[in-house]
Amino acid sequence: MPRLFLSWLFILAVVSLPVSLAAQTNPDVEKRLVALDAATKAAQSAGDNAWMLVSSALVLMMTGPGLALFYGGLVRRKNVLGTMMHSFVLMALVTVLWAIFGYSLAFGEGNAFFGDLRYLFLEGVGSAPNAVYAATIPQQTFMIYQLMFAIITPALISGAFAERMRFSAMLLFSSLWLVVVYLPMAHMVWGKGGLLNGPLGGAIPCFDFAGGTVVHITSGVSALVCALYLGKREGYPREPMRPHNLVLSAIGACLLWVGWFGFNAGSALNSSGLATSAFVATHFGAAAATLGWLAGEWIHNGKPSMLGGISGCVAGLVAITPASGFVKPFPALLIGLLAGLFCFFMVTWVKGKFRYDDSLDAFGVHGAGGTLGAILTGVFATKEINDVLSGKGLGLVDGNAIQIWNQTLGVLIAAGLGAAGTYLILKICDKLPGGVRVSKDEEIQGLDLSMHGEEGYNFEA
Amino acid sequence: MKKLEAIIQPHKLEEVKEALKGIGVDGMTIAEVRGHGRQKGHKEIYRGMEYQVDLLPKIKLELVIPDARLDEVLTVLTNSARTGKIGDGKIFVFDVLDAIRIRNGDRGESAL
Repeated sequence: MPRLFLSWLFILAVVSLPVSLAAQTNPDVEKRLVALDAATKAAQSAGDNAWMLVSSALVLMMTGPGLALFYGGLVRRKNVLGTMMHSFVLMALVTVLWAIFGYSLAFGEGNAFFGDLRYLFLEGVGSAPNAVYAATIPQQTFMIYQLMFAIITPALISGAFAERMRFSAMLLFSSLWLVVVYLPMAHMVWGKGGLLNGPLGGAIPCFDFAGGTVVHITSGVSALVCALYLGKREGYPREPMRPHNLVLSAIGACLLWVGWFGFNAGSALNSSGLATSAFVATHFGAAAATLGWLAGEWIHNGKPSMLGGISGCVAGLVAITPASGFVKPFPALLIGLLAGLFCFFMVTWVKGKFRYDDSLDAFGVHGAGGTLGAILTGVFATKEINDVLSGKGLGLVDGNAIQIWNQTLGVLIAAGLGAAGTYLILKICDKLPGGVRVSKDEEIQGLDLSMHGEEGYNFEA
Repeated sequence: MKKLEAIIQPHKLEEVKEALKGIGVDGMTIAEVRGHGRQKGHKEIYRGMEYQVDLLPKIKLELVIPDARLDEVLTVLTNSARTGKIGDGKIFVFDVLDAIRIRNGDRGESAL
């Protein structure tokens, strides 16, 4: 009997030993677990932040030198600096406006249409993440990344009023356009509680991964309104207005292609597999669109051109933008191919038919390509790539046909806001001394001399 | 003295220069110019906008030679600039009143 008792005691001791040991070391393990947890988060944040800072720089590179070179090469030589200036000066102007109130109006919570003023003067925007938008990167990184989008969007419009808009009017136009069109649109699509924000519970759920509606449809439609309001360039289309240096344009377009990886893959807001997926879709879209445009040209004109190739790649990049974080690689190729053909048709046939002077085809490429891309996003978006609705299907391929209608509504709202806002702002800018358009003499002299007092090419110097 | 003004194809310039050098004609002035005679231009298309480009790049070559060498130089110049196709250009011949070497004031053919 004592023997039984002893063996009982022994078993009890053996069983309870680890328990009592664990009880003794528990605080230590817990501390180490907390430290491990923090280290994991810090490592992820470091990785994500590195990619997002690179992406921010890539998107800025799209405006200058990318867009500045692309547009600069397409105009006549007397307007090369004036045209590059349109892109370049916005890198400064929009930055200041963004710091003062822009970020807050776009990304403060606010209502369905506008953000509030909680981040005025970037108050409270520091190294702590804003979990609503991006939980693993400093909010300041998110802020500077979004700024680069706000810079390039008004710069895209300048393609429509190139070679004839007064510089002072252009500055006022771009500032007002940012407030009236861009900030509300960015809030509606990406801001918390925004009307069109699909992933964050908007009333009309749209999918716009990297700015098809916010950036390309708004700027494209606004560009068309500008082209119609300002009228044709002096002598168009009677006088030849050939691009003065397509070498610059080709370099610019290639910089746009590379920068677009920051634009689309960066829109994942982290360096996850989703960012890779968007990177791949972006590249595939650009490649297929280049071939699409070239094929159209080859069949229609008999020769494929460099200008056609670079126009096609930009059209594809525009169209894949809203879809990039939602579609598989093969739909991306298809979206690109269709965009290349569609935009070729828009700038050659439609522009020729209606005879508006969208000088550098901001509408034909960004408006048309953006619209096509937004609607095709409703077709090809799939939860297999990006499960934003926790298991619910996204586009037509997931069995959610209604999404095509939602995307169309998003397009109509962006186009309507862009058109109405632009017309109103142009009316205001026309009240400036000298008006919105330069005088005939100034236009014939060229904007480089008449607006800026300098020339791009001084070969005798 | 005679002045020759030859409008030639740009890609023929080196050949013409070498040929003239071969017969001892060293001095010349050239300019890049645009123009056309009977040669048709070509069509360029930029995003669907068609442009007829009929002023084509040419080289204008000017040289002044002693009267006695005229036929010889014209033969060499014509042969070296010729491809046999439309667009080969033309040579115009002018009388020259005088020539002055700025460095030392030499006049006439001795200034050439």
